[in-house]
Amino acid sequence: MHSNPHSIRTPAARVRGLGSARSGTHHFWMTRVTGMANVVLTLAFVMIVLMLAKADYAGALKIVGHPLAAIPLLLFVGSAAIHMRLGMQVIIEDYVHSEGAKVALLMLNTFFAVAIGLASAYAILKIGFAS
Amino acid sequence: MARTGPTERPLSPHLQIYKPSITMVMSIFHRITGAALFFGTLLLVVFLVALASGKSAFDQVQWIYGSLPGKLVLFGYTWALFQHMFGGIRHFIWDTGAGLERGTRMKLAWATLGASLATSVLVWFIYLAR
Repeated sequence: MHSNPHSIRTPAARVRGLGSARSGTHHFWMTRVTGMANVVLTLAFVMIVLMLAKADYAGALKIVGHPLAAIPLLLFVGSAAIHMRLGMQVIIEDYVHSEGAKVALLMLNTFFAVAIGLASAYAILKIGFAS
Repeated sequence: MARTGPTERPLSPHLQIYKPSITMVMSIFHRITGAALFFGTLLLVVFLVALASGKSAFDQVQWIYGSLPGKLVLFGYTWALFQHMFGGIRHFIWDTGAGLERGTRMKLAWATLGASLATSVLVWFIYLAR
């Protein structure tokens, strides 16, 4: 990339490469990292759900409580919560132009993702530690 | 569209001006399934919290998920999950700089749809056959 010799950007700003949004490629990169994790974890998730589909209460507790199911499930809800927060952020930024509504929805988006992740993790850990 | 000035400036044409193409449809599907999965995660949380809460809560959730409307929603969730997953894999291919030629682009778009439908049907076939 050639930098404009007449640019008023400081050398420090150019070398940090964070641009006007001050976040650089972090959003793009985290979407890719969690997306890649989600490919593997989704396949594990679907297999666990297939095992759970016809289980009764005791059977379901036993499956979810097993470390080989609980750990992939924890990783899945963690990675998915981060990924969906990033994705919904882009959707909000694309379609909501009023500043107040946008800020409110971006906050709600974060609250929702954290709540989803923590509620799932609490439930999985409670089942796992009780079994 | 956000207007920044007092004058009406020309905007680039929006979706309805273009002839629909499979790559366009897959792009729209990727966003819609992403948004659907955002809310669909509630299905998983509700299941896990019910299971952690006790037998009556679990039985209630299982009854709802096992009903016909429940199954339809879960099938939709299954398809959205795979459509977004294969769409994401397509994006990973593009991230390397490959697969952007016209012919490959079209093939990848159809492959995304085909793979998501086939995998969804396969998963539900396994569920029903067990």
